[in-house]
Amino acid sequence: MAKFIQSLANGLNLGSIYALTALGYTMVYGIIRMINFAHGDFIMVGGFTLFYLIPVMLKMGLPAWFAVFVAIIVCVFVGVMTEQIAYKPVRGQGSTTALITALGMSLVLENGALVLFGSAPRNVPPMFNLPAVAIGSVTIPGTTILTLVIGIVMMLLLTLFIKYTKLGRAMRAVPEDKIASTLVGINVNKIITITFAIGSGLAAVASMMYTTSYVSIKNELGITLGLKAFVAAVLGGIGSVPGAMIGGLLLGIIEIMVKVYMLPGTYEAVTYLILILVLLVRPSGLMGKKVNEKV
Amino acid sequence: MPKKMKKNYLICIIAVIVGFLLLSLLFDTGILGKKSAYFNGLVVIGMFYTIIVCSLNLLTGYMGEFSLGHAGFMSIGAYASAIVTTLISDQVKLPSIVLYLIAILVGSVAAGIIGFLVGIPALRLSGDYLCIVTVAVAEIVRVVLSNFGIPAITGSATFGKSFAGIAKVSDYHYVYITMVVCIFIMYCYIRSRYGRALIAIREDRIAAAASGINVTKTKVLTFTISAFFAGTAGAIYAHYITTLVPTYFNFSKSSEFLAIVILGGSGSLTGSIVAAPILSALPQLISYVVPAFASYRMLIYAIILVVVMIFKPTGLFGGREFSLPKLLEKFTKKKATEGKE
Repeated sequence: MAKFIQSLANGLNLGSIYALTALGYTMVYGIIRMINFAHGDFIMVGGFTLFYLIPVMLKMGLPAWFAVFVAIIVCVFVGVMTEQIAYKPVRGQGSTTALITALGMSLVLENGALVLFGSAPRNVPPMFNLPAVAIGSVTIPGTTILTLVIGIVMMLLLTLFIKYTKLGRAMRAVPEDKIASTLVGINVNKIITITFAIGSGLAAVASMMYTTSYVSIKNELGITLGLKAFVAAVLGGIGSVPGAMIGGLLLGIIEIMVKVYMLPGTYEAVTYLILILVLLVRPSGLMGKKVNEKV
Repeated sequence: MPKKMKKNYLICIIAVIVGFLLLSLLFDTGILGKKSAYFNGLVVIGMFYTIIVCSLNLLTGYMGEFSLGHAGFMSIGAYASAIVTTLISDQVKLPSIVLYLIAILVGSVAAGIIGFLVGIPALRLSGDYLCIVTVAVAEIVRVVLSNFGIPAITGSATFGKSFAGIAKVSDYHYVYITMVVCIFIMYCYIRSRYGRALIAIREDRIAAAASGINVTKTKVLTFTISAFFAGTAGAIYAHYITTLVPTYFNFSKSSEFLAIVILGGSGSLTGSIVAAPILSALPQLISYVVPAFASYRMLIYAIILVVVMIFKPTGLFGGREFSLPKLLEKFTKKKATEGKE
């Protein structure tokens, strides 16, 4: 039982990282119907920013987690630049072009990082010094709880933001009908840029959560993490914000459970198998809306 | 009209033979000296890239669906053919051409069968969802290959995380002929009844179904054929490189294939034929021509990809086919009119 609770906590921890990353995918997909493959690499950018800034912060006498705010700014900058330079010109050229541009940008960021930072894995210094919490016979590291709490808070804030603010409403209106939203005075281009900014900011938070839990970062971090988060987004129904959260958390729990209770080397295969099965039963994901074709 | 077609076929056959002779001239006479092996490698890699990129173009260009898991089908072809040829060459000594043919056959059929099995359920989906299922299949194949081994049965080679000691039978003469045959079959498929049905499905699935095309059958058939040729490419790769590592066939490889299809022009086989050898060799050539750029080669490659997408989103050929007979016709006509004046 203790093992189960421990694994569940680990699963939720990993799941909330996936969920925050999947949110970035899903928001961008929801608004411009494009899989932003570079999103995983924004997390890598955030990770390297933390790696270089934490020592600087400590030297300046500031708490280490101050670096997160800088990382958010850097990630938002990179995200918005990617959108402005690469994605905006190909918008309206069809999904194939958008997909390849996104893959290309992912390659640009990944190889840019390779040139700048090298290929060796780096260890990000710890940002938080939290005591472990003991529940019965189970001890859960403080960082795990912190990651979970941050993850849940971020998701709640985002849900409230999208549901109740003017900007959030505009973000929901644009994918419904672009022309109609222009007519009611929504600046579609601005909304798309803001969506990218929010997605990239979430990526920075995700990179903070990732580095506190897993420490080591590499220039290839984006591909592995990004692909998993993408799977989570599709599992939950791509384009759906609650879907991304549920998909991410489910994926994290499944991965850890398979790792602990089944063959440890095969957890990735099991994840993908579950994805295929879910898609075959519910072709638009768990929470996705079924779109009926009009003849 | 048939006379003109005959002439066109003749021109193409001559072009193929000239290409073959040109390669022989380059490598068999030893003009290149020490660099021969290096360029030979680039050419063989370019040729199996051509096969797999064309097979992917069948899906992307003519069926209108993405696959980001073609490296998975390639790895099935590579491993299946490598296991069989290793088992055979442990027992009997066969001439390399026979071994090569067995490898190609086994690799293609194995990948084709898996493609068929995946295709039946997966083709209920479309668009991004199908795309992610192909990613999932390729990743499952990769994980299975890296975790489970069949040791014992292969005497001289070890199967598992990596597979070494495969017979090196992918000679560029054979590979060239294989490539031509593969492209010919794919070209015929597109021009056939099925190919036209396929294009109809791409343009409007519902209208195609309404006019009596069996959408599922056509899609599954195309998916199977595409996987089949990916397996061919895998078999060639395995018997050229002689050591297989499951991590080679990862997501990046699949996305590289898709990128080449789009850069060459989705829906243009000739575009793929031109783009595949160039782009597969480009990172190598960058570091070969300007050694100082060696560490930037992948970055340059990625930037070229994005820039091309921004300025020429339809790719090099943009859905049109390049035709050698037509080009010749153009030139001869020009000369003829010039002569009159």
